[in-house]
Amino acid sequence: MSQIPPLFQREFLGYFRTPVAYVFLAVFLLASVGLAFFVSQFFKAGNASLEGYFVWHTWLFVFFAPAAGMRLWAEERRSGTLELLFTLPVTPLEAVLAKFLAAWAFLAAGILLSFPLALTAAWLGDPDWGIIAASYCGSILMAGAYLAVCSLMSALTRNQVVGFVLGLFVNLVLVFLGWSVFNGVLAAVFPQAVADLLANFSHTSHFDAFTKGIVDPKDVMFFVSLGGLCLFLNVLALER
Amino acid sequence: MIEVKGLVKNYGSTRAVDGVSFTVRRGEILGFLGPNGAGKSTTMKLITGYLRPDAGTAVVNGHDVTRDSLAVRRNLGYLAESAPAYPEMTVGEFLDFIAAMRGYRTPAAKAERIGHVVGLCHLQAVLGQTIETLSKGYKQRVGFAQALLHDPPVLVLDEPTDGLDPNQKNEVRAIIRQLAAAKAVILSTHILEEVDAICNRVIIISRGRVVVDETPEALHARQPGARLDEIFRTLTRGDL
Repeated sequence: MSQIPPLFQREFLGYFRTPVAYVFLAVFLLASVGLAFFVSQFFKAGNASLEGYFVWHTWLFVFFAPAAGMRLWAEERRSGTLELLFTLPVTPLEAVLAKFLAAWAFLAAGILLSFPLALTAAWLGDPDWGIIAASYCGSILMAGAYLAVCSLMSALTRNQVVGFVLGLFVNLVLVFLGWSVFNGVLAAVFPQAVADLLANFSHTSHFDAFTKGIVDPKDVMFFVSLGGLCLFLNVLALER
Repeated sequence: MIEVKGLVKNYGSTRAVDGVSFTVRRGEILGFLGPNGAGKSTTMKLITGYLRPDAGTAVVNGHDVTRDSLAVRRNLGYLAESAPAYPEMTVGEFLDFIAAMRGYRTPAAKAERIGHVVGLCHLQAVLGQTIETLSKGYKQRVGFAQALLHDPPVLVLDEPTDGLDPNQKNEVRAIIRQLAAAKAVILSTHILEEVDAICNRVIIISRGRVVVDETPEALHARQPGARLDEIFRTLTRGDL
């Protein structure tokens, strides 16, 4: 595992060597905070909480996790640097973890940059810091699960756009399964038990509790196992 | 130093490499010739541990690539076809990354190794330039520097002079000749003059099989007075 730090560093700084990082962070903050201000009515709601900010995250990550994850492996394949990487003394597991952690740290930075919103809530009122902390942890954890899906999809192709679309699609399905509207449709077709079971595989169902300040080990385990499974498959997808 | 034993690699139903065996000793520069698609690059990728053979193995400096591919990669410097490198990094950043991956972690150790290859490959002038802005010749030299950084006992070079102008070709050949005394070198090429210029042994590969393994002099002696490309055409007629 000693090869992870240099790879992590290269990958993380790689976002900032191109305009990708700045465009991504600016658009992500505009979208996430914009939704909190204008759709959730952050100021008018008269509620010192960030619920109106976090409530959009399951939808935002559908687009932003693939945007951050699409280049992870597809770009290495296309430019031939995959050959360079795997003729260096590094195992596929080390490479997958290092790249995933770098992209995850980048996404986490994007999420944490909304901190002025929390400070604003604290200045205007008296928010429950426990709930805010749980929400940030839950959001970052969930971002990791989204990203692991996207990393796997990126490893299946040499085209970043295909990686983006696949990542978006799979994550969208995982959101839909737990979305009340879509779940209602499922319940009409399948028995309720089947619809409930499917809803259990959704990001949405497992994130809600975090935004209410509840850190349930079951929810944590869901994101950790989904992420772990995808990264394991990612290692397999790199076998040559 | 390099012992290749019965390597076989299939791509789907096509057999790209079909029982290739040879050995390369220290001080030898082996020219690897063959028509496009004959299996040169695939054989080289098998030796480096980048691809996994379907049968047979390669032993590099005492390490079996099918059992301990990491040890093989530590003992080997590889320049892949068209010298892939991360385009958004500067030459300095890229070599720093390679040095870290090759186990040089202190600034002093890195500076010493990077300084050595930068001098050897004449890269001083472009250290701060991003790789995507480099000319083909400089890119190739960066690939060289990367392969030589850890002073490996074995060098595998896939078309090291491809796309270079005559002056650059001479320069690259001079570097290889300079290094070869203490190393075992395999280089692939389809420039036949290169064989006479630097190689002290030739292997011609045709449809995944070794058809010639001898010195350049012995190759010339096959058809006295004939040009090398005529001999080459006779030997690889099966590929047409």
